[in-house]
Amino acid sequence: MKTRKLVELAKTIRSKNAGTDRITFDIIFNEKENYELVKKSQALTLETVAKLFGVPESRISDFLEFDPAYAIKFTIKREQPSGSPGDPDIFGCQQYPPLLDLEVPVP
Amino acid sequence: MKKDQVRILCPNGHMGFAPTKEESFWIGADTKPDYYCCDSGSDDIGPNPLGSDTSVSPYEWQKHDLELMLLAARKQGVPMLIGSSGDTGTNSRVDLYVQIIRDLAKKHRLLPFKLVSFYSEVEKSYLKRKMENGDTVDGLEDRSDLTMEELEKTDRIVALAGVHPFIRALEMGADVVIGGRSSDAAIFAAAALFEGFPENHAYYAGKVLECASFCAEPYMAKETVIGTVTSEDVKVTAMHPEQRCTIASVAGHAMYERSNAFFEYFAGGTLDMTRCRYEQFDERTTRVTGQIFIPTKGKIKVKLEGSGKIGERFIGIVGIRDPYTIQNIDKVIDWARSQVEERFKGQIYQLFYHIYGKNGVMGALEPIKEIKSHELCIVTEGIAPTKDVAEEVALIGSRQIFYARLPEVKGTAGTAAFLVDSVLPAPPAYMWTMNHVMPVNDPLEFIRFNEFTI
Repeated sequence: MKTRKLVELAKTIRSKNAGTDRITFDIIFNEKENYELVKKSQALTLETVAKLFGVPESRISDFLEFDPAYAIKFTIKREQPSGSPGDPDIFGCQQYPPLLDLEVPVP
Repeated sequence: MKKDQVRILCPNGHMGFAPTKEESFWIGADTKPDYYCCDSGSDDIGPNPLGSDTSVSPYEWQKHDLELMLLAARKQGVPMLIGSSGDTGTNSRVDLYVQIIRDLAKKHRLLPFKLVSFYSEVEKSYLKRKMENGDTVDGLEDRSDLTMEELEKTDRIVALAGVHPFIRALEMGADVVIGGRSSDAAIFAAAALFEGFPENHAYYAGKVLECASFCAEPYMAKETVIGTVTSEDVKVTAMHPEQRCTIASVAGHAMYERSNAFFEYFAGGTLDMTRCRYEQFDERTTRVTGQIFIPTKGKIKVKLEGSGKIGERFIGIVGIRDPYTIQNIDKVIDWARSQVEERFKGQIYQLFYHIYGKNGVMGALEPIKEIKSHELCIVTEGIAPTKDVAEEVALIGSRQIFYARLPEVKGTAGTAAFLVDSVLPAPPAYMWTMNHVMPVNDPLEFIRFNEFTI
């Protein structure tokens, strides 16, 4: 099957703290076509992102598709609150890169 | 007489953290908005500033941003509202901002005006009394309800004020409001509510404006935006000549820094954005309708942030270039750890290794397991109750990388490169001990006001 990397399809791929205990991830598309394509492909689901980041599905607190912004969004529970001893990313803003290379099946 | 609309200017998503850009600010100010509002805090910056009662924003930047707003607001004779003063919104940060306003007023010889400040720091004894009276301080996001033990571990607590103290300050006739920790959106919502506009649009305006130009595109931080609230809608307009508020940028911003794109919780209710409709109103403006504010039934719950000290901290910086050592880095770290444990067995300490070039940024979340780097940077983090022990933990933990015992290493004169031959003092380690909500009988019960004529 032909695939394309998520980085080629999305406009924005980012991560950021959502409060002190979670990191939220946004994948935003420029137009409806790519958004619908990724939604239908099942490449980006609660199960696939849990696997990608190596966490149990119970650590994904939210996974939602947000039509008004052509966006897919999910949130990972941190093991320790942000900025706790040993936390390497206080803002949680460098946790998205594994998403860039995610292979999305395309027609 | 009630206005047809209220226009609120937001110059910066976190005042002082990086300076407000002046060009778009003055373009916005020239349109004579009705209010100048800005939030100056964030829990993004980690628990250290709250716990140690310090700012992470430099004084000069805080002064710069307050000066812009104060001069524009006083020239026009319209109110200026600041929330979460000095990054954390503690009482000392409110006092700091009040003093900056005094100094600026003197410097520019401003005509007398009324300043109302409010504190929203919460004493441990106040929460203790609540808990003893049978109130529950609920944990948010899977945290357990607050226990006395957790409360004891906390050094400082702020409560996130809603719209209430800002509205009260405006009723008191404030020209300038300097607030303690606040919900960022409440600062803007308060201005629209005070002018008599409906909660639906007032709260949505706050939600969309609080990060300034982050609701516009292309991506530029610290640029000014203006929100216009009427009884029918909210319109948001970018002021930077090259930025526009588009349907995508405004809708996209609803989910920024939030777990959920559809709901936003405040002291007093929930903003429901599931039925929002977005329209391009003009080239730089998006119009939003359909938002609903649902007031809380029963007691209002106020969010609390608490920070507690874990210990003193030192860090070491170690480089590794030897390929055999890089491939066996886990064994090297095990060796260094064992040497620290030998020295401090049974004592309280924490030792962390951040291995840049392996998984220093993502830690356990890093999916790439194979090291492809030809060099590694290891940051050793030692934490302990006293500075002496923290320093020694970091020092042994770093220096023993140099003496790691690998059977086939060629470089027997040392397997580590030191940037400095010692370890560096780092800010003490703190932890977010509280992310909870407390029930209140009155949303002003934990607020203390001060009035000044400047």
